[in-house]
Amino acid sequence: MILTNIEVIPGKRVVRHLGLVQGSTVRAKNVGRDIMASLKNIVGGELKGYTELLNEAREEATERMVRQAQAAGANAVLNVRFSTSSITQGAAELFAYGTAVVVE
Amino acid sequence: MQTLVAFADLIVFAVLLLVGYGVGRIAEKAHYASIRKREKLFERVTVFSCRFPPTVSQPYQASLVCGSVVVSQDYFKAVAAGLYSIFGGRVRSYESLLDRARRESVLRMKHAALRKGASMIINVKFQTAQVPGRGVGAVELVAYGTALRPVA
Repeated sequence: MILTNIEVIPGKRVVRHLGLVQGSTVRAKNVGRDIMASLKNIVGGELKGYTELLNEAREEATERMVRQAQAAGANAVLNVRFSTSSITQGAAELFAYGTAVVVE
Repeated sequence: MQTLVAFADLIVFAVLLLVGYGVGRIAEKAHYASIRKREKLFERVTVFSCRFPPTVSQPYQASLVCGSVVVSQDYFKAVAAGLYSIFGGRVRSYESLLDRARRESVLRMKHAALRKGASMIINVKFQTAQVPGRGVGAVELVAYGTALRPVA
């Protein structure tokens, strides 16, 4: 499965468009991490736990998108976009979407 | 002793401010040094915000790469920002924080591209999102784009 965030895959021709595919996941962080983060708020810097958490979530959203594309018979997803939105105080949704295509 | 108790809030505030300023400053300096070093190291990966590579005739293998970082403010920066918001103007304490974080996210994206043997990243997009949480001032910065590996 080839993923790009441009409309084409350089050097490959799109044979068929299969439409929009998407994947999303909602993640909550645990209280322990929240406490650590509020302590980290005193000294500042990177919140590694959150970086990992959001990265994992983004990968999962991408994977779900890829699975949907595979189910549709695609071998590439073009114009992939990510979006993050906070649902409530403790949870965030990570969303990935793109256009599933068949390339030669 | 009694005066100490009376001013406990103030003392806690002062200690937090000092710790935030001291540790935050040292951390910021160290981070900037590390950013500059890695920016030199990853120089050979060129990053474009345009949608197409400069040489279209060359065949490439494309893949999506992503770099992200979650950063939090320190206590001093938060207080300073609060003061700035009264008088207006540039909030310098946050400018450096976001600059550092964005450069870090680009570096992580470049690192991901290097691991895939790519020499350039095109169509780079930036995204900033606030991390939700009670009393947690943190933002996530994401950079992503299409990494291109030249195929002979």
